[in-house]
Parts: sequence; C-alpha cells; structure tokens
Amino acid sequence: MTDTDTTTNTHPAAPVAFPQDRTCPYQPPAAYDPLRAARPLARVTLFDGRPAWLVTGHAAARRLLADQRLSTDRTRDGFPATSARLAAVRGRKTALLGVDDPEHRTQRRMVLPEFTLRRAAALRPHIRRIVGERLDAMVAQGPPADLVTAFALPVPSMVICALLGVPYADHDFFEEQSRRLLRGPLPADTMDARDRLEEYLGELVDRKRTAPGDGLLDDLVRRQRDEGGIDREQLVAFAVILLVAGHETTANMISLGTYTLLTNPGALAELRADPALLPGAVEELMRVLSIADGLLRMATEDIEVDGQTVRAGDAVVFSTSVINRDESVYPDPDALDWHRPARHHVAFGFGIHQCLGQNLARAELEIALHTLFDRLPTLRLAAPADEIPFKPGDTIQGMLELPVTW
Amino acid sequence: MRIGIDKDTCIGAGQCALTAPDVFTQDDDGYSTLRPGREDGGGSALVREAARACPVGAITVSERVG
Repeated sequence: MTDTDTTTNTHPAAPVAFPQDRTCPYQPPAAYDPLRAARPLARVTLFDGRPAWLVTGHAAARRLLADQRLSTDRTRDGFPATSARLAAVRGRKTALLGVDDPEHRTQRRMVLPEFTLRRAAALRPHIRRIVGERLDAMVAQGPPADLVTAFALPVPSMVICALLGVPYADHDFFEEQSRRLLRGPLPADTMDARDRLEEYLGELVDRKRTAPGDGLLDDLVRRQRDEGGIDREQLVAFAVILLVAGHETTANMISLGTYTLLTNPGALAELRADPALLPGAVEELMRVLSIADGLLRMATEDIEVDGQTVRAGDAVVFSTSVINRDESVYPDPDALDWHRPARHHVAFGFGIHQCLGQNLARAELEIALHTLFDRLPTLRLAAPADEIPFKPGDTIQGMLELPVTW
Repeated sequence: MRIGIDKDTCIGAGQCALTAPDVFTQDDDGYSTLRPGREDGGGSALVREAARACPVGAITVSERVG
C-alpha cells in the first residue's frame, strides 16, 4: 500500500455517516468497511452534520476508554449526540454512565456489592427458575411464538425487578417506557418516557420509605434514611438507569444471540455437542454482536492518538462492532469461533464505566441460551431469516421480533 | 511474582476474579483482593491475563527480585 492510499483510508474524502443501520443484524453495515480499514481512528459525520472521531482500533479503544480526559457527562456544553433522540435528553443528568469521576466512583461504590461475581453466582438458581418458567409458559402456548415477548424480554426483566425491588406486575409500563426512551421514535417520546419512568420510580421509592423490602432500591432507601449521602433525585436516577440498562441490553443479547445461533447451524451444533464451550461462546457472541455500538465521549483536553490530535471539545465515538473486529487481535473477525480467546472485547465498554451488570448479564445469557436450546432441540426460525425485523442503527442492537417454532 | 492491586483505582468490575479465580476475588464491597495464600499468584499462568483484563489498569505484576 502506498502512502497516498494510507492517507485516503485514514481521511476519506466524504466522511462516513455514523451510525448506520445494519443489513445483517449481527454484522456492522458494509458502509463501515472504510472505517474498518482506517485504524485506530477514522473521521465520521454524526446525524446533525457534526464531525467526530470514530475509534476503530482495539488497543487505542482500550487506552482511550480508560482515559479520563474523555468525558461522558452529557450535561456538558457541546456534548455530542448520535441521534436527535439522544440530543433531546442531553441536558439531563444520567446516573453512573453520565457522570465522570470522582462523582462516578461514589455512585458506583453504592451499588457495586449487588453486582459482584459472587452475587451473580448466587442469583443463578433464581435465574434458572425464571428461565424454566418462561419456557414452560411459551411451550404451553405454542408453537409458534415470538421469542422476544415470550422469553428474551421477560427473563432479564424479572431478574432485574427482583434484584432492584421493582414489582414485575408493572412490566408492561416500564418496558414500554424503556422502548420509547431508547427508540423514540420522536425526540419528544424520549423526553416523555424519561419523565414517566422518573415519576413511577419516584413514587415507588417513596412507598419503600415507609415499608422497605429487600431489593437494592430498598437498601438505598434505608441508606438515604439512616446515613444520608444520597438524595431522592439521585436515588431515582439510579433506579432509572439500573432498570432500563438491566433489562433492555440483556434482552437484546438473548434475542440477537438466538437469531445468530439459528442462522449459524454449524456453530450451534458444535455448542450443543459440548456445553463446556458455553462461557467462551457467550464472550464470542458479545464480541461479534456488539449491541452497544457507538459509545459517546467528548475530549476535555487535547489528546495525541498515534500521531493524530483529538482536540479539546471534539466528539469521540467508539464503534464496538468495528473495534471488536480488529484483525490484529481477532483473525477472521466476522466469523463465529467458540475456540478463539474472545476475552478483551470491548462489548461491555472499558475504563471506569465498564458495564456494572456484566457478571449478571453473563450468567443470564449462559443460562437462557443453554436452557432454550436444551429444552427445545428443534427450535428454528418461523420466518425467512432476512425478513425478520431488527432495531435501527442508532440504538442498542437487537431483534424487534423473533418468530420461532419447534 | 509480586501482584499489586491499586484499591483506589479498582472499580470492582470483577474481571480479574473472572479470569484468574484461584488468585483474585472480590471483597464484601466488591473490590479486588488476593485470595489468602495466593498473594504470590500461586504459579497461576492467568495472573498476567487478569491484569490485562482489568478495565482500569489497577493490577500490576512484577517478578519477585532476589
């Protein structure tokens, strides 16, 4: 490759728009090919025409996600957005994910004991019971079934409800508001959904003050009452992010993971024949699916990245699907390979904001996928694979529905 | 092998304990700690891998000198 070619690859004449819809729900769109050729940084254009740095290289991504000169505080002046919907809620405080250190550290410390490996391991029997009950109900009513509404969504919803102390009976309400929060379609939907979730969880927290139960929100209410250090607004902000992030993301991994396995029968057969491959397969699915594809940051200082300068105020976006396909780390990166060491993917992020619920998510995914294919050995798609609708590129990736039969 | 954990940097992601569970665990607050009797890594080949898995670089590994 000549120097001229390299320059062309690093700075394409017309920057690629980011994000774009996938054509296959588990592969980055072909329009990202020039971005995959430009590592570790590419230039992209966001929905509003704003230029942004897209981090594409694996080593640079790990370094930059851990670099605190990149802020995640969405209330900062000039913080970027990847959609009109995100831009609409930009000025509002988001707990954990939306705050920098040292405030972030204080917040994470409050909820961390509920999200350790030990806690995730202790929850496994509970997750197994929920998974078994959901499959019983699905089998009793089908075939066919929509796996999203019958299984992928209710399982993580029930798990996070029990963990937080949110009544699952209210799931129609909060699942619908989460959907509007994350997918709109209108920016006003996002605002309104956030208001309604805050109102609902605010009332729930107030009720817990007089009659606390044994969920994480109850613990936080007790802490607020007995020790202070956290106010009602903060408590509600915690509740919103934990409830939404706690069910939407895992639901998407279950639905998209199932779709990916059903459309890759060789990989599925291998996994069925040797369940010991399962933990590695979950990592490989996380890597390939990269459902949170476009993590947002803003530079607060100039940062040198392999000879290029990210300026203070610049928008920086991490495309996890592209980063997790860095050929220098993952040979033949588009292929599912249960034997490759897929660890060190950035599907859960990296740095101080790496997913708080990742250990719980791993347990849920392992149990859900294993039990589903164990219980229903003839599970298959009930519609042509390329006709099943999935989510647009500007939100968490996953299936909108997943018609299956067995 | 000398293993250092910077508790002020650790965010309790649990990646060290997931990668090298014989050496690392999480304390009651969720932060990384070495298992009793495994402070030297116990000969585990996974210690360096665990350090690499840490999202905040809180783990340092060095060969014991002398």
